[in-house]
Amino acid sequence: MSEPVEKENKGQALKSVLNSLMVPALAIITATIVGGIVIAVVGGNPFAAYSGLLQGAFGSVKAISETAVWATPYIFAGLAVALAFKGGLFNIGGEGQLALGATTAAFVGYALPAWVGYEMPTIVLLPITIGAGIMVGFIWGAIPGALKAFTGAHEVINTIMMNYIALNIVSFLMNGPIKDKDPLNVIARSPLIAEGARIAPIFDNLRVHWGFVLALLAAAFVWWLLWKTTLGYEIRTVGANPDAAKYAGINVKKIMTFTMGLSGLLAGLAGTIEVTGLNYRHELGFSSGYGFDAIAIALLGKNHPGGVVMAAILFAAMRNGATRMQFLTQIPVDIISVIQALILLFIAADSIIRYIYRVRQSGEKVVLTRGWGG
Amino acid sequence: MADSNKIVLEARGITKKFPGVLANDNVDFDLREGEVHALLGENGAGKSTLMNILYGLYKPDGGEILVNGQPISMHSPKDAITHGIGMVHQHFMLIPVFTVAENIMLGSETDHRTKPSESPLSILDREEVSRLVSKLSDKYGFKIDPHSLVGDLPVGVQQRVEIVKALYRKASILILDEPTAVLTPQEADDLFQIIRELKKQGVSIIFITHKLREVLAIADRITVMRAGKVVGSAIPSESDEHLLATMMVGREVILTVDKQPATPKETILSVRDLNVSDQRGLHAVRNLSFEVKAGEILGIAGVQGNGQTELAEALSGLLRIDGGNIELDGKNLTNATPRQLTNNGLANIPEDRQKHGLVLSYTIADNTILCDYYQAPFNKNGVLQQGEIDRYSRRLISEFDVRTPSPYVSAGKLSGGNQQKVIVARELSRNVKLVIASQPTRGLDVGSIEYIHNQIVQMRDRGVAVLLISAELDEILALSDRISVMYRGEIVTTVDAKSISKEKLGLWMAGIHPDN
Repeated sequence: MSEPVEKENKGQALKSVLNSLMVPALAIITATIVGGIVIAVVGGNPFAAYSGLLQGAFGSVKAISETAVWATPYIFAGLAVALAFKGGLFNIGGEGQLALGATTAAFVGYALPAWVGYEMPTIVLLPITIGAGIMVGFIWGAIPGALKAFTGAHEVINTIMMNYIALNIVSFLMNGPIKDKDPLNVIARSPLIAEGARIAPIFDNLRVHWGFVLALLAAAFVWWLLWKTTLGYEIRTVGANPDAAKYAGINVKKIMTFTMGLSGLLAGLAGTIEVTGLNYRHELGFSSGYGFDAIAIALLGKNHPGGVVMAAILFAAMRNGATRMQFLTQIPVDIISVIQALILLFIAADSIIRYIYRVRQSGEKVVLTRGWGG
Repeated sequence: MADSNKIVLEARGITKKFPGVLANDNVDFDLREGEVHALLGENGAGKSTLMNILYGLYKPDGGEILVNGQPISMHSPKDAITHGIGMVHQHFMLIPVFTVAENIMLGSETDHRTKPSESPLSILDREEVSRLVSKLSDKYGFKIDPHSLVGDLPVGVQQRVEIVKALYRKASILILDEPTAVLTPQEADDLFQIIRELKKQGVSIIFITHKLREVLAIADRITVMRAGKVVGSAIPSESDEHLLATMMVGREVILTVDKQPATPKETILSVRDLNVSDQRGLHAVRNLSFEVKAGEILGIAGVQGNGQTELAEALSGLLRIDGGNIELDGKNLTNATPRQLTNNGLANIPEDRQKHGLVLSYTIADNTILCDYYQAPFNKNGVLQQGEIDRYSRRLISEFDVRTPSPYVSAGKLSGGNQQKVIVARELSRNVKLVIASQPTRGLDVGSIEYIHNQIVQMRDRGVAVLLISAELDEILALSDRISVMYRGEIVTTVDAKSISKEKLGLWMAGIHPDN
């Protein structure tokens, strides 16, 4: 390919990247300012609060490690939502897919070696454990995808409903069949998984594990899949214009089902990696809304894998730094939820940001969902 | 009688900028009492922008508007209506489930005291409105029943409802935006009759169009716009189509398509007893049988909504077939998928270019591979070959004269004509045996129409079978070798293109047997 062509493409690509970063960046700044005002109004010192937040998030090696620990499930789950969005689908079912994936991994991780009867090596057990978790995530995502593709039932409703089903199945399992049988245990949790089903930490004395690296690799993979492969072309075409996709000979129903399956797989991976890399078991209520935060992360990241990684790290830093902030300034951690909600508000209602900072509309608008049954 | 020199509406030096476009550049325009002033121009010339300014929908960046010699300021269509300006849009603003009277009173409801209703609880006076509507429609010869549901009325009558709606609001200036685009030739003649009647009663009319023949038939004066500027004016008696077209496009235009007689060969498409239902399950195509041979163009004429859309969708695999069969190049492809059809040599220029033909958020490059992305050389082991796609799209852009700075501009940013050229380029560059072209030049400017027509004829001359579906009679007559007329889902006649007159075709299209 000739040189000027490359340059022309690169120039345009760079311009469009900067352009799409503009609104999220301004949304974060504005939300931080408004959050600061809220802190000041309730009698706190916003500067002290934010400096505490930064310290807690990045102030030490341990703080950075913890931020990465938080970011890991956020990246996977954010990718899940972003991928579905690219395919024109709104996956609100991340929470359920994640919980089922985690439960499956937790079950396989302790039950399989027990059933086989001897200690299985990591190279065998870990892939099986992760594979089982993501397979369940795939199926749990593909069901509402298929319902949408073949019957027109809206995936927003169905993923929400399937969250209830999933969370109650998990609750049943955790309280009954796979509850940790240790006589001292009163918590609804599974037994610890076998050594061979665990992902190793990267450093000896820090909690950050190789799952974080896997998350970054997953982001790169999703990017490659979406923009460099024919399957990605099909997913994006179905998302951007299903009528044109049908006209082009793409099997829209198959792609819709598969996209939701892949999305569920990524959400399931979020849960699986939490079990195998961090907690070594599943416990009721551990997930604390990763599946829902993922929607905010995908939106903030403009449904781009790179953006998702950045947004996930930002959300992780806020969650992780909040404790330090509360300890130092007595400002409750809940202020972080306020700021996160504000960021989301400014992203969704981006005309507010465009009006304040006089940013012109360019490229595609944030489209949360199409009409019911559309 | 109206004073023919009194200027009722005047625009002076109107300028309107949109991001990246100067839509109106210092435009002067005036309308005299009781005249029909045609505003002629290609799509994107700025006609609609100017009219939307006169109707208060856009605020001009410069210039002023005068009504009866008085400068006025307009902030919304409400102000325009107050000053006696009414507009009939290309797409009607009617509510199908309301009656004619209800539609007409909408927005200026009267209560039982026959006053403008102020309280939301005041009682609507339908009878009074019906009476007024009847009076108005008698006065101008509209023949409208105020009690019929708008959704049950034919398009031509719905248009009259829109006109009555404007007159009911005491409009003395009417803006008609491309009023004949949706009408049959007979309905268009009826509309012209109405326009003449309105004129007689002193109503002044601005008639927006890009059809040259109409302008010459109905206008008293003609103003031509190009690229946001007024480029000239003319009087019909001293003008002809060729002159106007040249003014409109800015260069010499060949209005007729230069083509040799067809040399039809073997049958490529054979359709037998085809039955298709539309989205609502209504029987849209009934027992249709026809053939298209290699090296000929079969034109399907007909007023929109007589089953042509469903026919095209069924032939391209987008709509399921209830009965009958379709053979393409000797293979039975009844109810085949779009992919199977394209693999067997079908190229499809779809009716709705933004819905089916393009992914607007994609670049031109990505759109050029829409139907071929999965094939070599664009696909290698599931990975898209960007270099090949780049080279291919650049070749198509230059071969088909798509006006764009780069293949990496999103298709949504192109003008309608260039969007259509991208589709035509993609479809005609494949190795095809049959081209289905549905409304291939709808809404395009004269220059693009000329180009696309020539491409279609070239395909025919290369031995490709072409099925042309169009509601534009001129297009059908200019391109087709044989013509079939569709009416209510059936082919009512098939004739040799050289042996039929436009008038006869128009009658067939309206469901009338011309020889009876």
